[in-house]
Amino acid sequence: MASHRDLPAGMVNHLFTNTGNSSFTEFVGSYAPELLPGRNDTLATPVGDRIPHATTIVAATCAGGVVMAGDRRATSGNIISQRDIEKVFRTDDYSCMGIAGAASTGIEMARLYRVELEHYEKMEGRTLSVAGKANRLATMIRGNLAMAMQGLVVVPLFAAYDPEVDGGRIFGYDVGGGPYEQYQHHAIGSGSIFARGALKKLYREGASPEDTVLTLIQALYDAADDDSATGGPDVTRRIWPVVAVITADGFRRLSDEEVAQYVRTTVDGRMNNPDGPVAPLR
Amino acid sequence: MPFGYASPEQIMRDKADYARKGIARGRSVVVLQYEDGILFVAPNPSRALHKISEIYDRIGFAAVGRYNEFEALRLGGIRYADINGYTYDRTDVTARGLANLYAQNLGQIFTESIKSMEVEVVVAEVGDTPEADAIYRLTFDGSVFDEHGTAAMGGQAEAVATRLKERYRDGMGLAEALETALTALTEPGGERPPAGQLEVAVLDRNRPHRKFLRLAGPRLERLLAEGAAASAAPAAETAEAAPGTGDSPATAPEGDIDTGSGA
Repeated sequence: MASHRDLPAGMVNHLFTNTGNSSFTEFVGSYAPELLPGRNDTLATPVGDRIPHATTIVAATCAGGVVMAGDRRATSGNIISQRDIEKVFRTDDYSCMGIAGAASTGIEMARLYRVELEHYEKMEGRTLSVAGKANRLATMIRGNLAMAMQGLVVVPLFAAYDPEVDGGRIFGYDVGGGPYEQYQHHAIGSGSIFARGALKKLYREGASPEDTVLTLIQALYDAADDDSATGGPDVTRRIWPVVAVITADGFRRLSDEEVAQYVRTTVDGRMNNPDGPVAPLR
Repeated sequence: MPFGYASPEQIMRDKADYARKGIARGRSVVVLQYEDGILFVAPNPSRALHKISEIYDRIGFAAVGRYNEFEALRLGGIRYADINGYTYDRTDVTARGLANLYAQNLGQIFTESIKSMEVEVVVAEVGDTPEADAIYRLTFDGSVFDEHGTAAMGGQAEAVATRLKERYRDGMGLAEALETALTALTEPGGERPPAGQLEVAVLDRNRPHRKFLRLAGPRLERLLAEGAAASAAPAAETAEAAPGTGDSPATAPEGDIDTGSGA
């Protein structure tokens, strides 16, 4: 009956206990730790290929912002477990993250991360700096290290518009955390080596967001071309990559109709030239 | 607890009087529906200490009274909303649940603590249609009032509420609703606070993701000018019919509690 008596000012619920900072994750850790994605108990056997894995995410900076795109495939070993999974998430008005690796843990992490950023913003009345957001994500990845060793690897890619520099910034991670700031462009996931090759040749400094979207769609096409776990545009089912553009106007996910236009341009071009656009030699 | 005998009626009455006095020292805050959602207006000279705040995607919060007390309620409300939205789904967080949590706490403190909280809060939720909007007003003793259309609280709440209800009608545009709110907050014949001393926010049902938006700077000034221009013509006609009763101040008397500066 009198359990609330040790709470400040007679508050009847631990929701009103000040945890000392504005982090949602730390609050959940003290209030309902079982809700956090990182579990402390280890798995009897590594799960590896038996659970769905998300594959390729690409991102590149553009004039006044940054663009991120992800394919729609999830695989469990050699099985395609989902054709239309979404792996690029809005995390707040000026940032987004894409996930590669164990899809379940990644989605949970993205959900927690979104609340984390919003929670800070509402509690403090200001948004976190971009570096602050990137560091916060690193802590969450590091917390998952034990599970990563059991096969539940999650590696995110984080992109945000930074009002300080009026441009986009990209941060990469590894299973131990990070962040590693990446300039111009970056790719993660199983198809990333092929996508990076394409990005290197097609990336143009200061290109418009529209051109950068096309660059990323081309890079994803190249990744799907050579990596079995990356899904290409599914023309028959009309499943297109998820594309997010973040500029000073905020986060915007392109509609399916808009992405279809870029995909059509890419696919039409490849009808004549299957390897895609040719970069100038000199 | 106080020494000696005091009847429960006396204790409750004293606590209620104490709380009412504290609340009445601050300025009023009004909350009202407009065509796209819910509008919050508070005269507030401080830019740092907010009386109006976002709780969740569709839920806003407004408070009057002692700053540190309603700030504790606000932070607890954000924790409640975020933990529920994270446990279940973002659509499962409702103003009703939050109002219940606040009511429980306020009621408990009112009956068990020596000092009740000197606060009054509004929890408002914007729905997909005006019919689905909800405005709950909670008083220091934990009572919940399900308000329709408008809510006013703080110093001279009754006078403000009466003026607000007189002018309010369903489906007003944003500029008109803002004009109505300012008219209600200002004593007849009194001077309005400048744009820089107003805290204005909306829950706009047409916004994606998070509906809460603060209105400030040029955008607020534009809205104020728009509202004033629209009401200028009818106001000129009624100006002579309703002479200003200039014997009372424009807003509630200033109180140190209102600023939250701790002085």
